[in-house]
Amino acid sequence: MSITETFFNWGVLTSSFPLLLSGLRVTLLLGLVSIIAGLILGLLISLIRIYSIRPARIVAKIYIDVFRSIPILVLLIVVYYALPFVGFRLSPFMSAAFALTLVSGAYTAEIFRAGIEAIPRGQFEASQALGLSYRHMMMDIILPQAIRIVIPPLTNNCVNVVKDTALASVVAMPDLLKQATQAQALEANPTPLIFAALMYVALLWPLITLVGRLEKKYRRETAR
Amino acid sequence: MTALVSIRRLRKNFDRFTALDGIDLEIDEGEVVCIIGPSGSGKSTLIRCINLLETFDDPGEILVGNIPVKRGKQLASVRAEVGMVFQSFNLFPHLTIRENIKLAPKRVRKVGDKEADEKAMQLLNRVGIGAQADKYPDQLSGGQQQRVAIARALAMEPKILLFDEPTSSLDPEMVGEVLDVMRQLAHSGVTMIVVTHEMGFARQVADRVVFMNEGKIVESGRPENIFDSPKENRTREFLNAVLTR
Repeated sequence: MSITETFFNWGVLTSSFPLLLSGLRVTLLLGLVSIIAGLILGLLISLIRIYSIRPARIVAKIYIDVFRSIPILVLLIVVYYALPFVGFRLSPFMSAAFALTLVSGAYTAEIFRAGIEAIPRGQFEASQALGLSYRHMMMDIILPQAIRIVIPPLTNNCVNVVKDTALASVVAMPDLLKQATQAQALEANPTPLIFAALMYVALLWPLITLVGRLEKKYRRETAR
Repeated sequence: MTALVSIRRLRKNFDRFTALDGIDLEIDEGEVVCIIGPSGSGKSTLIRCINLLETFDDPGEILVGNIPVKRGKQLASVRAEVGMVFQSFNLFPHLTIRENIKLAPKRVRKVGDKEADEKAMQLLNRVGIGAQADKYPDQLSGGQQQRVAIARALAMEPKILLFDEPTSSLDPEMVGEVLDVMRQLAHSGVTMIVVTHEMGFARQVADRVVFMNEGKIVESGRPENIFDSPKENRTREFLNAVLTR
């Protein structure tokens, strides 16, 4: 068999394409859910980490460090296989979303913290001197400035979350990678795998270039 | 007449350093008080205590319009009555000049957008920057930014304005335009406390000059008295050093 027939087999591709597409949908949904939940979680943790009372700050710091050091695959397996022993049973999708959110939240919290701490003290003082409440100071003054700083590293984190969704195939979630391996077994041909890999690249390449462009833009603006 | 701002037995200790060592000071409505003194004498710390950007030690107290300045519910309303202009302007870089001025009246005073806008434009015209309303802070010169900062503080219609070395980070050719605006304000009856190194301004504009050294008020009085016939040696030394420069 030729290389083309092995890796780029048109017949195999067309018959497995619906399966790949449904896998891509699951991957995208899982990525989206985890990214959004991770953003909210990360923002909350970063605010606790910077502004709350000391014991809560320490808890937040421990959370961040633990979930940045645990391999996602290990966490995922713990969530899916170990938690049912204490009566906490989640579907493959929920397990994966849960694990990805916990980890993404930790990274996001660090990113937000760096962003907020990069805002000069004078911005806080000017807000306070005007009598703005804490909430208005954060919503109107601090966060809008911090967000510009954190967009490049946050986008980078999104890329990582989408990549890590592939780990969910381990807990039998029908994501892009899982469907591709199944299609490969079914057809006895690796074409679906090759195309799944290409789909990941097609999905994430634009995001990666976007990160680069944003970083450059931000560097220019701060230099101004 | 009761004082607008009363500062009593004010002390502040940092780890090994006494920044304020028992300050008593009363400021009446409409008064313009200039605080002068060498760097590290506690001038900035003193005015930063008035809106609690800096905390101070018990049992010292500050009253603004009879409301004690301390943490808690009343703090925001005290701060709304006390405007502040900083050495480093501290405009909000992500907002236009117009938005910089409108924000606090809308959020804190709950003024409607249209009213806030009219007020903002009126203030910007007053400080001579009406034409720049829709630019961003970094498109303005330092002197213009500081005038915007003054307009931003005025937009809250504060009872008193604090100036923390407002011209110290300006290029020399821009100092005049900011002092001119401050002079106008002083003449229009705004109560002001100004920490400054501009002795000419203090002499011309102040109702009272306060000389501080090592966290204490060494002497205070009418500018002509302080500048022409200081009672204390330390004041004389300081004035000789800065005025013969």
